[in-house]
Amino acid sequence: MATAITATTRMATGRPNSFRAGPDEDGHFGIYGGRFVAETLMPNILALEEAWLAAKQDPSFQAELDSWFKDYVGRPSPLYLAQRLTDHLGGAKVYFKRDELNHTGAHKINNCVGQILLATRMGKKRIIAETGAGQHGVATATVAARFGLECIIYMGERDIERQAPNVFRMRLLGAKVVPVTSGSKTLKDAMNEALRDWVTNVDDTFYIIGSVAGPHPYPALVRDFQSIIGTEARAQIQEKEGRLPDLLVAAVGGGSNAMGLFHPFLDDPEVRIVAVEAAGDGIETGRHAAAMTAGEPGVLHGMRSYLMQDDDGQIVEPHSISAGLDYPGIGPEHSWLKDMGRIEIATATDQDALDAFALCAKLEGILPALEPSHALAEVTRQAPQLAKDQIIIMNLCGRGDKDIGTVAQHMGVTL
Amino acid sequence: MTASRLDRRFAELRDEGRAGLVTFVCGGDPDADTFQAILDGLPEAGADVIEVGMPFSDPMADGPSIQAGNLRALAAGMTLKRLLGHIARFREMNSETPLVLMGYFNPIHKFGPERFLEAAIAAGVDGLIVVDLPPEEDAELCLPAMARGLNFIRLATPTTDDKRLPKVLGNTSGFIYYVSITGITGAAAPVADMVGAAVARLRRHTDLPVAVGFGIREPAQAAGIARLADAAVVGSALVDEVARHVAEGDTSGLPEALHAKVRSLAQAVRGARAA
Repeated sequence: MATAITATTRMATGRPNSFRAGPDEDGHFGIYGGRFVAETLMPNILALEEAWLAAKQDPSFQAELDSWFKDYVGRPSPLYLAQRLTDHLGGAKVYFKRDELNHTGAHKINNCVGQILLATRMGKKRIIAETGAGQHGVATATVAARFGLECIIYMGERDIERQAPNVFRMRLLGAKVVPVTSGSKTLKDAMNEALRDWVTNVDDTFYIIGSVAGPHPYPALVRDFQSIIGTEARAQIQEKEGRLPDLLVAAVGGGSNAMGLFHPFLDDPEVRIVAVEAAGDGIETGRHAAAMTAGEPGVLHGMRSYLMQDDDGQIVEPHSISAGLDYPGIGPEHSWLKDMGRIEIATATDQDALDAFALCAKLEGILPALEPSHALAEVTRQAPQLAKDQIIIMNLCGRGDKDIGTVAQHMGVTL
Repeated sequence: MTASRLDRRFAELRDEGRAGLVTFVCGGDPDADTFQAILDGLPEAGADVIEVGMPFSDPMADGPSIQAGNLRALAAGMTLKRLLGHIARFREMNSETPLVLMGYFNPIHKFGPERFLEAAIAAGVDGLIVVDLPPEEDAELCLPAMARGLNFIRLATPTTDDKRLPKVLGNTSGFIYYVSITGITGAAAPVADMVGAAVARLRRHTDLPVAVGFGIREPAQAAGIARLADAAVVGSALVDEVARHVAEGDTSGLPEALHAKVRSLAQAVRGARAA
């Protein structure tokens, strides 16, 4: 108890001894995070936290998780030197952490495997989830199928149109995909609707949140499951280069792939860290999804964090070409790390992402998802400014197959 | 400290030996003028306590009716600041009927909690229900509100067990709002037996008046609740009345129609224990 109180005090008063100690016992990262939910959900959230803390202490849970990571997800994912891209950019060595090679094609499965193991430990029979691009929905439907649990996915009507292949995938996996027609009909509304379902079906239902967002303990729990990305990358770069990288780059929507890569490096001051937000049509147009760049702290979806909002505190509808980044908030730990100066925030527009997508396809023979294409756009700006013996690791967190329709549309091509 | 308007109203109800009717409408729905007319006529129509929703773009605990009401109000230009102006106007004519604001934290967070509390008290607001502020987050709004004499009303739900209930009741004042179903507003109707047991359980833990809501639509249901609890809350059914007039493209008769609905609910609630 004494140590927990000390950690809290440090988080409230300034630079902490460790950037990896959060959240405090009430789920706060500095002023961010917390549990801003309706009373109906509080007992469930407390039960989830209890189950999570117990699982973390249980070596058999970790062993089971490791086994699923290895044999079902296909971990560890490779750390790949993108040599032609490196040569093209003429600066730092660019490594891709290839989480797009995971089962289901993105990092989302790491968290879903972890949460479904928790759900079965808690005896829940029914799984719900929200999804934007559909990657988290597919990953959830996948693990629900494998564990034989009923699965309902909430997805904005607009995203259903943009991501038809993923919708079909989820249905093939036996999930029920429920179109959400409220609000902007995208990810935030899908999350509202999933929360409404959970409020209604609290007893038998487990809500698999897909990002490091939502009420405590989700931001910490999802981070812990996704940290396998950074833990592996750290060992892999040590093995290949004998040292830590100079720079980490990842795209942030809710922020789970980024937190997964960043977290194991947070206490290495020599490693610079850049999170890339979606600038949509450009920050100046207001049509973007860059909560940390252009938003301010607020409360939504159970957490306090940077939010896109108007002068009356109404949530502004975000815009990004990438459905996975099209979210008006950001995980609370990112907000805290930004305020502490531990991570830097960059942005990439829709067009920047499309250009990076094309470059990666041409030089590396990899179609990245549009989400990591935003990160790659930042890599193309950073690498030339660094020396050739410096090292960048970028999280290539998803593959681009799901996005070819969107890309074709922007190129004026009819498939 | 003198008793709040809510304390006085529930004391009157106890003296009259009847339950109260709590009516919920979305602030600014469907437009500013029509809303003012609706609000001003509620006490005369029989509302014992008035709840006004603070419009929010993402009302996560509300069903389709109240979501739509929130969006209509926002589309018509309602803001938290303007809403307080409407309440101040209501208070020029009515100094007796307690008025409670209900909504979500972000608009208040943006307004600034301290500034908001001052403005709300100046406008004549008596209490706050902030759906997404559980006792775990009391420091920010609940405690300052209490310090200024504003009631902070909490929701208790079927999932709030005996272990948690004292925490929920701890800083609650005015009344406790029992959510009769696990679900969103306007969903399934509550079951009388379960509500009776729940109210009895709450009364073992608190002397606060118990209002029961979520899913009460018809006078007969309201009467059923009035036999068990200190007040029945009706919301979605009233907001649906607004939606119906908006859909028909003519809101000129809306305030009268809504007040007629409140009148029939009030009659049922007032007569419930005599019947």
